[in-house]
Amino acid sequence: MTPIFLSQTPQSVRCYLSNLEIPTISGTINQTCFAGDTVHVMHATLMPSHVLSMTGSPLLSIRDLTVKYWLGSGTAPAPALHKVDLDVWSGEIVGILGESGAGKSTLAAAILTMLPSGTESTGSLRFQGQQLQQLDESHCRTIRGAQIARIVQEPGLCLNPVMRVGDQIAEVVRAHSQHDRRLRKEQSEAMLREVGFSNVERVYKAYPHQLSGGELHRVAIAQALVCRPSLVIADEPTRSLDVTAQGEILNVLRETHRKFGSALVLITHNPALLAGFADRVVIMYAGRIVEEGPVAQVFRKPLHPYTQGLLRLFPNSGPRAGWKRLERLPAIPGTLTEADQFAPGCVFAPRCPARTAVCHTDSPVVEIQQDRRVSCFHHDE
Amino acid sequence: MTNEAAARAPKTALVRTTALCKQYVQRGSFSRKKFAVEALSGVDLDIAPGCLTALVGGSGSGKSTLARCLAMLERPDSGEIWLEGESISVGNPQQAARLRPKIQLVFQDSAGALNPRFSAAEIIAEPLEIQRRESGPRLRERALELMEEVGLPPDWANRRPLEFSGGQRQRLAIARAIALQPAFLILDESLSGLDLSTQAQVLNLLLDLQSAHSLTYLLISHDLTLVGQIADFVAVMHQGKIVERGSRQQVLGSPQHAHTRKLVGSVQVLEAAFRTAQAGGGR
Repeated sequence: MTPIFLSQTPQSVRCYLSNLEIPTISGTINQTCFAGDTVHVMHATLMPSHVLSMTGSPLLSIRDLTVKYWLGSGTAPAPALHKVDLDVWSGEIVGILGESGAGKSTLAAAILTMLPSGTESTGSLRFQGQQLQQLDESHCRTIRGAQIARIVQEPGLCLNPVMRVGDQIAEVVRAHSQHDRRLRKEQSEAMLREVGFSNVERVYKAYPHQLSGGELHRVAIAQALVCRPSLVIADEPTRSLDVTAQGEILNVLRETHRKFGSALVLITHNPALLAGFADRVVIMYAGRIVEEGPVAQVFRKPLHPYTQGLLRLFPNSGPRAGWKRLERLPAIPGTLTEADQFAPGCVFAPRCPARTAVCHTDSPVVEIQQDRRVSCFHHDE
Repeated sequence: MTNEAAARAPKTALVRTTALCKQYVQRGSFSRKKFAVEALSGVDLDIAPGCLTALVGGSGSGKSTLARCLAMLERPDSGEIWLEGESISVGNPQQAARLRPKIQLVFQDSAGALNPRFSAAEIIAEPLEIQRRESGPRLRERALELMEEVGLPPDWANRRPLEFSGGQRQRLAIARAIALQPAFLILDESLSGLDLSTQAQVLNLLLDLQSAHSLTYLLISHDLTLVGQIADFVAVMHQGKIVERGSRQQVLGSPQHAHTRKLVGSVQVLEAAFRTAQAGGGR
């Protein structure tokens, strides 16, 4: 019997244990199994998502991914992603944070092998050991939806308006399995129950227009999870919802994640959604990852000036401050322009409050401190 | 009412609606059976001059129908709308034509609300031309002035809307809306599609314009965190009725109606999680 220490973040566990399998367990644990040996876990209040199935390599490993969009002859290609490195481990929740135009959605499309035509991508995308870019389209289709799934942003537009929503979930099962009609229906109904519907019969037979916005989102989640993918990508899943429905959807995502243990990549521009939800946060700006680390650490002490600006956007009024009225809202001055992306130096420099001469001439390299990464010359000041 | 709100309290309302009702009659897709959807059922609302009134509520609560009625795009079935003491719901075309420029709308989907074949300057100049406020070279000059006022570089005047980013397009829509120097601006989810940073920038612009032109805003939004930062008055809509209204601190600070409580509760959960994470707790 070997006592081991488990910390709050998968990264630090990884430092101690490589090449070990940790089974995913539901509920609070104080004892678990490693390669046949029973080990006592010292941390009694671990959440199941922190007990990750950690083999030697991550589920998804992105290295040096650069994506450019060709907008037409005579114009330079627009850079959408620039040398992105990212690892996603099984069972964790990664939040990707950034404003519009940061390349968040391009990153999602690249992972799903759904980049539009006319794009040029270099670098490597490994999913469960397979090089995604080298697979042909028919092979990609067997992965997409079954192993890597996407929760669509606007289910109202993405669902087929003339097909019952239940059948649209069953359709995903049909594409990826040999199950007969009855089994497909059973599986879809079970999934609808998992996403919190009590009246599954009604929802299964409903057409999209008969469901409310929040219900449609839950259908979209059911559709994404029905084949039990190991990686789920949610691109702004709560964008058009009010704050109550938004909370409900996040709860459904949290519950299903707890239950099925798929890794979840949540893309958003609102830092508040990630607090208490994601394990790790990745901050993107102008197609680059500028900061990365465990949510609690990054939110407590953001290192990059852009992250600091983003976190300041969350209102200081609100319930705790007695709904104080603000004369002006905190904003990050300026906007990301095309010229910034081609200029030498740090891409955030034109908008950065902490910039110095060096920021305009040299590009900061990514510095790694334990399980955090930051790309800024002045992060330790 | 707190002192702060009392200072902003209206002597008279700029816009007032009384017992406003609006029904939409729908027909089933494959049947002749008709059924009515009651979008507004007796809405009484006072909008104080020079203030920002926020209208919050879930989807389908009738917020946008109310906005369309106020902007005279839709005629209410019954009830009345008053602007500066004059009724705008009485069918008098001349009066309507005179009052219409005083009320302007800014929509959520700026890409859909701006003609993609017009240049930025043409978009802003269009209302000035239609209302015969300006003509000739002065028309374009005025358009450029307005662009500058909303923080768009005037040398972008010949760009088409789709060459602008979302936040810039929304600035363009605001420039068009203020071109006729309206008294009342309805912002129908105008900030919902924007990310937080852009949202803050556009809101700051709106606050600047408010003090410069003594504008009155009706901000329709489902984002209570946003409303909590800038609204003077808040009205909560639920199933076609205003279920609660008052100053920001009254409504959000001590919500009475169950629906408002639920909304405020969700914001509290969100804020608590964020503050905990900032303090280094949580996951």
